[in-house]
Amino acid sequence: MDKEIKHFTVSIYTENNIGLLNRISAIFQRRHINIESLNTSRSEIEGVSRFTLVVDITEDQMKKIIGQLERQVEVIKAYYHTDEETIYQISAIFKIKSDLLFEERQIQNIIKESNARIVTVNKEFFVLEKSGRKQEIDLLHRELSAFGIMQFVRSGRIAVTKNEMKISQMLEAFQH
Amino acid sequence: MKETQTLQNQIESKATTERISGSEAIVRCLLEEGVKVLYGYPGGAIMPVYDELYKYQDKIHHVLTRHEQGATHAAQGYARISGEVGVAIATSGPGATNLITGIADAQIDSTPMVCITGQVPSNLLGSDAFQETDIVGISTPITKWNHQITKASEIPEVIAKAFYIAKSGRPGPVLIDITKDAQFEEFDYKYEKCKGIRSYKPIPETDRSSLEQAAGLINNAKKPLVVWGQGVILGKAEEEFKAVIEKAGIPSAWTILGASAIPTSHPLNVGMVGMHGNYAPNVLTNECDVLIAIGMRFDDRVTGNLATYAKQAKVIHFEIDPAEVDKNVKTDVAVLGDAKQSLKDLLPLLNANSHHEWHHKFKDLYEIEFEKVIKNDLHPTKEGLTMGEVLKEINKQTKGEAAIVSDVGQHQMIACRYAEFNTTKSNITSGGLGTMGFGLPAAIGAKMAAPEREVISICGDGGYQMTIQELGTICQQRAAVKVVVLNNDFLGMVRQWQQLFFDKRYASTEMTNPDFVAIAKGYYLNAKRVTKREELPSAVEEMIASKEPYFLEVCVEKEDNVFPMIPSGASVSDIRLE
Repeated sequence: MDKEIKHFTVSIYTENNIGLLNRISAIFQRRHINIESLNTSRSEIEGVSRFTLVVDITEDQMKKIIGQLERQVEVIKAYYHTDEETIYQISAIFKIKSDLLFEERQIQNIIKESNARIVTVNKEFFVLEKSGRKQEIDLLHRELSAFGIMQFVRSGRIAVTKNEMKISQMLEAFQH
Repeated sequence: MKETQTLQNQIESKATTERISGSEAIVRCLLEEGVKVLYGYPGGAIMPVYDELYKYQDKIHHVLTRHEQGATHAAQGYARISGEVGVAIATSGPGATNLITGIADAQIDSTPMVCITGQVPSNLLGSDAFQETDIVGISTPITKWNHQITKASEIPEVIAKAFYIAKSGRPGPVLIDITKDAQFEEFDYKYEKCKGIRSYKPIPETDRSSLEQAAGLINNAKKPLVVWGQGVILGKAEEEFKAVIEKAGIPSAWTILGASAIPTSHPLNVGMVGMHGNYAPNVLTNECDVLIAIGMRFDDRVTGNLATYAKQAKVIHFEIDPAEVDKNVKTDVAVLGDAKQSLKDLLPLLNANSHHEWHHKFKDLYEIEFEKVIKNDLHPTKEGLTMGEVLKEINKQTKGEAAIVSDVGQHQMIACRYAEFNTTKSNITSGGLGTMGFGLPAAIGAKMAAPEREVISICGDGGYQMTIQELGTICQQRAAVKVVVLNNDFLGMVRQWQQLFFDKRYASTEMTNPDFVAIAKGYYLNAKRVTKREELPSAVEEMIASKEPYFLEVCVEKEDNVFPMIPSGASVSDIRLE
């Protein structure tokens, strides 16, 4: 069962230090594991950073990697979760010619149906933002591709877990 | 009230700070950490620190090695024999990159070491300046922690952290890179030792129930086997370990880095596990009912094929590093924590036992190994000298009191198999990384940390030449290291594999060697060459009697093999005796 490749979201709580990204990515690189998506940001705790990664590996590999991540001095705690255990989102931005917005009626329908948001419009282009699951963004990308996309970018996955991750208690315990 | 307190604090802190340069602070921090000796090589970006080392030379002894790699191995030897943190220092660029092999070695063998490198001034960082290299980037995957300092004010805290991290928990190497401007900059110096880091827990908590489960398995075992590693030595748990195995009467085998934690002659010591380990503990790994691993990490050279490793046994793993649990071998009970404490807590839970019949199996298999291998190694009847008989002679004349610092290869396996140890921290060798060139410089560090001990470096003719220039360090320091080169004019271990697995195609393993005695004499060392069996005892005697450094070359049989041997990928129980 452990040998089945699964989609995992890895959440790593860390000190905010230069070079830590290098240290973390090296652990995946050593085992030839591709990081599908990566996001770093502040976390709910002041002064603590949070890395969110997505990888496709076996649970057996995942457990070993969590151990090696937590072994790093500046990693406070690392967790892994399946999609079912998290609420996750990614975000994408599309830059599209403004003419199309007025000439192609269908574009307006696509925007409406996809729940995308127009961030800005000017004479030359408009910018569309869409947050959601990867499939929704892929669908929107496919639909808009037909009309031409000037620029496209998609963010890494961000995720919160359904169950609690007890970082605050942990940090308190570290203090003494 | 609060304001007066702050004012009070300010006054107090003023009183305890001093305005000094970053470079002086580095030396003062080292002194605060109890560093008496450090190994290194000067150069542009570290010159301010060397200037301070000159001023502080009556308090701290800097040893000039002949290559920065030698500095790291010397620092490792120092750390391994003393249990203290070894310190190496180098300049930026090539000086820093030359440290890499030693750092990688210290990382995989859990050796506490702090490396300090100079770096180009901070305004030049990233500009491809002269002798600039991203040593923090390069050393990241092979350090326990590393950090670059660009401001003098960071120095005390970062160095305090470096020592704390290097020696706490599972030890390891730390690299601190310090820009030249930070070395020159003056600041208000004040030193405080590091007492903890919030994201770092050196010793995991021991779960009482895991100890009870472990004790239950051990008490019910009919054929228990202990395999211990360096964790027993690093955890200073030798006495607790001995008490546990003696009470429970468990035959106990060691990994290469665990050697010497208990005396070789201890009746429960059943020898070495692994590729060239002893026959009995390897074969019986696949027959024991409970395998108790203590402070070891199931390296592939220990386990052979994992698919057939101790599958019949319940596995208990005493381990300080949670990442090692279930990494290679699935455990039934993991006892996390510090070996000393865990074993102390385990002892009262154990029933006294003797396992007589089970011990007989070890003795029987030892007899087989003796007939097939050991007899020929130690009591050869053929003309050529064996490596084993050199070790036997050293054992005899040092009475097992010497610290043996070996290099990597056939001679290393022979040294680990046959050296007799009475005291802990006596087997210093490069285990995990298998670093040729380790033996000579590591012996220098070991001798300087423990001048009262006999320190004998056992090298092969290959590895010896990788760091042979450190004879210069021996010469300058007059460190009374005894250097034995077991010369077979081959890269013997590779040749052995070529013979066994590559149809004797000896690709680039034959060595045309220089006159090693002449070279040693060139460095003003007493030196001798032995080519005949009858010369060996007197030559070893002369070497041991010498109060000075001494070089002994022993020309041994060219194409001897090390047995037993678990071929790569084979099961431990398929160990070959010939």
